[in-house]
Amino acid sequence: MHDTQALFDYTLGLADDSLVLGQRISEWCSHAPFLEEDVALANVALDYIGRARMFFGYAAELDGAGRDEDALAYLRDCRQYRNLLILELPRGDFAFSTARQFLVDAFQLPFLEALCASRDPQLAAIAGKAVKESRYHYRRSRDWILRLGDGTAESHRRLQSALEEIWGYTHEMFRAGAAEQGLVEAGIAPDRIALRSRWDALVTPVLEEATLTRPPDTWSVDGGRDGIHTEHLGHLLAELQFLQRSYPGLQW
Amino acid sequence: MVSFPIPNPEKMGSDPIYSRIPLVEAELAADRASQSDPALAWLWSLLEQVRDPEIPVLSVRELGVLRALESTASGLRVMITPTWSGCPAMHTIEQDIRAVLEAAGVAPVTVSMRLAPAWTTDWITPGARESLRRYGVAPPAMTSPDAGAADPAPACPQCGSTATRCISEFGSTACKSLWQCRDCSEPFDAFKRL
Repeated sequence: MHDTQALFDYTLGLADDSLVLGQRISEWCSHAPFLEEDVALANVALDYIGRARMFFGYAAELDGAGRDEDALAYLRDCRQYRNLLILELPRGDFAFSTARQFLVDAFQLPFLEALCASRDPQLAAIAGKAVKESRYHYRRSRDWILRLGDGTAESHRRLQSALEEIWGYTHEMFRAGAAEQGLVEAGIAPDRIALRSRWDALVTPVLEEATLTRPPDTWSVDGGRDGIHTEHLGHLLAELQFLQRSYPGLQW
Repeated sequence: MVSFPIPNPEKMGSDPIYSRIPLVEAELAADRASQSDPALAWLWSLLEQVRDPEIPVLSVRELGVLRALESTASGLRVMITPTWSGCPAMHTIEQDIRAVLEAAGVAPVTVSMRLAPAWTTDWITPGARESLRRYGVAPPAMTSPDAGAADPAPACPQCGSTATRCISEFGSTACKSLWQCRDCSEPFDAFKRL
């Protein structure tokens, strides 16, 4: 058996993941390299923010403190946010955002497929919707890896350097704390460690085809699930939460 | 007389033959019963006025968003399901449903959101697909067992040519992709299959 607190924490972590990445992608709105790409990034951001709302809505139902989805999203500070670090890193140049999106999309696909089989009906239902959208996301980011990696000398150089900069943050996607491990045993959460080979199969051949070098696994950083974040999250939350902090309860 | 074996629900999980038979999920069977319930028919036709706010040629019923109506002792329960996760039209659809029912004197009304089974473009009715095409949006292909495959090239809704190219899988709204016809050169939106 699992306890409600573990399920709440887990759901909130997935909600934070979706919101923080959605917010980062949305920063490209009106800054993308060309119009169609601007529209595509806005669409992907919207999918993630929609996903965040479903997870926050469910977390609010489970919350012993009775907070609603807005309170959970707008009124928690950095140390209470549980998102993975890779998702909060600044958007960087287009190569950096593309590298992150590809590595995260390749994780989201097998993760959500596995979550569809969760014994928790609400998590399974959210995953059942999100996984269909992630298939579109993965195709887009894979195509960009091929275009930039096997593109000009400049695009190749930028993408390779982005991969090296971000690689150490990917390992956190495959780690689970004790509480999450309990949910894995209860058939509620997918086993992240077991997803690694699926992720490899979606990542490595694409990097090769794109003439990119897979960076070595020589360093890794984690802490997001424990609320230990990079200095970047505070800036992101400042922008995200400004209205609710300054005008509490504001609605439109 | 031909007799068929009666499926034993307890065996269905383990017997491989049942995993190959497409069974209608319980929720969808209940939806169909509600959609053909004579006592609810006037409400279904009343709600035909509720259109998709971004594609007004489609009613939310034809789109598959309006799933079921249930008349209970405590009022009318309306079951809707979201399309794309972040689609901002859902809130408007809910308000429009309430407004139409209120104007007809139906009260009290509860609108419930259901996530599973997940909405699919396969639920868009044949009539609605034709309305989409006439509106200038290529209707979605039926979903494929190969879930990772890209959408097949749609016919141009303007000239009917099948020589079309994808400009972007992400278009003017979450549910559409952007294409161009190689014959008449028109750019057009296509409804993405989901």
